Amino acid sequence: MAAVKETVDRVKAIDVDAYKYGFVTEIESEKAPKGLNEDIVRFISAKKNEPAWMTEWRLDAYRRWLTMEEPTWARVDYPRIDYQDLYYYAAPKSTAGPKSLDEVDPELLRTYEKLGIPLREQEILAGVQSSKVAVDAVFDSVSVATTFRAELAKAGVIFCPISEAVHSHPELVKKYLGSVVPVTDNYFATLNSAVFSDGSFVYIPPGVRCPMELSTYFRINERNTGQFERTLIIADAGSYVSYLEGCTAPQRDENQLHAAVVELIAHEDAEIKYSTVQNWYPGDSEGKGGIYNFVTKRGDCRGARSKISWTQVETGSAITWKYPSCILRGDSSRGEFYSIAISNGRQQVDSGTKMIHLGKNTTSRIISKGISAGRSNNTYRGQVSAHRKATNARNFTNCDSLLIGHDCGAHTVPYIESKNATAVFEHEATTSKISEDQLFYCTQRGLSDEEATALIVNGFVRDVLQQLPMEFAVEAQKLIAISLEGSVG
Amino acid sequence: MLEVRNLHVSVGDRKILDGLNLTVKDGEVAAIMGPNGTGKSTLSYVIAGRDGYDVTEGEVLVDGVNILDMDATERANAGVFLAFQYPMEIPGVATMTFLKAALNAQARARGGKELQTPDFMKKVREASQKLQIPQDMLKRALNVGFSGGEKKRMEILQMALLQPKLAILDETDSGLDIDALRIVADGVNALRAQERSFLVITHYQRLLDYIKPDTVHVMARGRIAKTGGPELAHELEKTGYAGFVGEAA
Ligand SMILES: Nc1ncnc2c1ncn2[C@@H]1O[C@H](COP(=O)(O)OP(=O)(O)OP(=O)(O)O)[C@@H](O)[C@H]1O
Ligand SMILES: [Mg+2]
Repeated sequence: MAAVKETVDRVKAIDVDAYKYGFVTEIESEKAPKGLNEDIVRFISAKKNEPAWMTEWRLDAYRRWLTMEEPTWARVDYPRIDYQDLYYYAAPKSTAGPKSLDEVDPELLRTYEKLGIPLREQEILAGVQSSKVAVDAVFDSVSVATTFRAELAKAGVIFCPISEAVHSHPELVKKYLGSVVPVTDNYFATLNSAVFSDGSFVYIPPGVRCPMELSTYFRINERNTGQFERTLIIADAGSYVSYLEGCTAPQRDENQLHAAVVELIAHEDAEIKYSTVQNWYPGDSEGKGGIYNFVTKRGDCRGARSKISWTQVETGSAITWKYPSCILRGDSSRGEFYSIAISNGRQQVDSGTKMIHLGKNTTSRIISKGISAGRSNNTYRGQVSAHRKATNARNFTNCDSLLIGHDCGAHTVPYIESKNATAVFEHEATTSKISEDQLFYCTQRGLSDEEATALIVNGFVRDVLQQLPMEFAVEAQKLIAISLEGSVG
Repeated sequence: MLEVRNLHVSVGDRKILDGLNLTVKDGEVAAIMGPNGTGKSTLSYVIAGRDGYDVTEGEVLVDGVNILDMDATERANAGVFLAFQYPMEIPGVATMTFLKAALNAQARARGGKELQTPDFMKKVREASQKLQIPQDMLKRALNVGFSGGEKKRMEILQMALLQPKLAILDETDSGLDIDALRIVADGVNALRAQERSFLVITHYQRLLDYIKPDTVHVMARGRIAKTGGPELAHELEKTGYAGFVGEAA
């Protein structure tokens, strides 16, 4: 009987494709009219009461975007996106800009509670949550709450929605926005520059070690709505910050577009650690619905001895197009990229990194673990380059792919380019299948096929999991097991 | 406990087990000896439910239930344990993590409660001390970089923790030094019980000096060719398998 019940439970779980966050919040929202033109860009800018310089910046981006072509070089395949058939702005009606937590619509608080994201500071302090994390919660196009701001302000740390930073810290925004990812960097980044809605702004003053983890939690709720978040993090000389990003979306039959831009700037001796657990709705097992995740993330190690590390766990999205990169400008600066990318069902992942060595003695490290199951396709695309002046540049790349089943694909596309003879780049790559012998060994000890697979996969990605902050690592581990459900047997 | 009836097994075109019959009673320790390549490991894999074998005829009963329709997981949870001749390495998975996953899986399958972490740790610590397995080894990835003897000891640790009904030891003695052999044998002897049976596959009398079998079977050419008491093993030591191999030829 127990076996029967278990089977029923499992089938149920697979039936909803095991996506736990697929619920929709019933909340009235205010949207911009469908489609994209200069008026929509102005509408968004006006909604946020932006100063003229910001409006102009957006319009300039929009006009450039009109002249660009959507890129086709990635190993992903999707029907043409009709950019006039999307909403570019949606905000819960109850939220007219960020407020104190007491004023946040209880329906929104409940949503984040259901997602496991603590927004009530008292509860966090009371120990409901194991450690303190400040959260900026972005719901569709707006930030609905940012926690622990007062405490952070005491340390001189600025953590607020970017829409607010435009008003409160225009000099910083003007100086840094678009300085790492130029407006015309690529099609999606340019689109984002025109219509970006909200995201987080972080500034860590010189010499400050940010007293807690910062995080932004992105939620797309509305139908047919693109989310264009924009995040800007500046670590001034000698400072340190660890930042986490999480994302989920309801289960919908149509595809939703998410085109974010994240810019990081690390000054002399500063360090930024940026971790993502990306769990957008991946679509069902037949490939219906899911998020198109077209994201530009780049960090600029601007000062000497600065360090930026990207850690990502990519489990969601129908399509992932994402290459968190580092520009190693400062001498002796360091870039790191740790990635776990899992694809199942009909998911398509084309992800990797770029390490651009410009300064002397710059070092970088890339550890990528790709896992493909079902009928998915998983491509690692990485570029490591050394500029003429990058004397003694060093890179180590390790890129492992694991295949589960016979209908999936894994591809590795490394580009290496060196204009300095002293640069040393090492590249290791492996592709393996979970061996029948390993699976048998585990099942002989009583594990189910799925538990065995999850265990072996967790072992495979361990090097990267270790890079994540503790709680995130535990979360990620569970997520990996869920993502692979239905992939064996 | 275990009853194998007229078992025929092939892989592809190759017939490996050819009408094998074998009975192991409750609480019995049965040894199987036999030349290389006669199908001893194959028999243990087929009992444990490894994929890739065609059972063309016959039955394998555990406590009267034919287990051939069960998958490997179900058989393990029904109390069948195999100490592998070549234990697998599981990179990145700490031994402790693996042990916990296995214990919990079996507890759940039997409708029991999962062990609390402190109880689990205590249990593992005690069992591993008996087998002289150092604690830091439990933090390492399972079997990765373990010496041959360490791997074998780890198999016995798993058996001690999982407390199976039927334990099959496939050449657990090979690769063990004299002290380790004694430790492992003590581990096995400690588990001997009326409700537990053992099938001990070995090439050497030495192991049987420590683990005293109730019965000894000689396997040749995919069948049990002769069955006797402990004295049969001594006899083989002197005569070798020539008689058995020849007889069937
Ligand atoms: N998957 C397979 N494909 C082809 N032949 C196989 C396969 N598995 C086992 N065999 C063959 O079946 C025979 C029995 O193998 P098995 O490993 O069971 O022998 P064994 O009695 O355990 O030998 P040893 O004492 O050397 O461990 C061998 O000849 C082996 O090559
Ligand atoms: Mg063998």
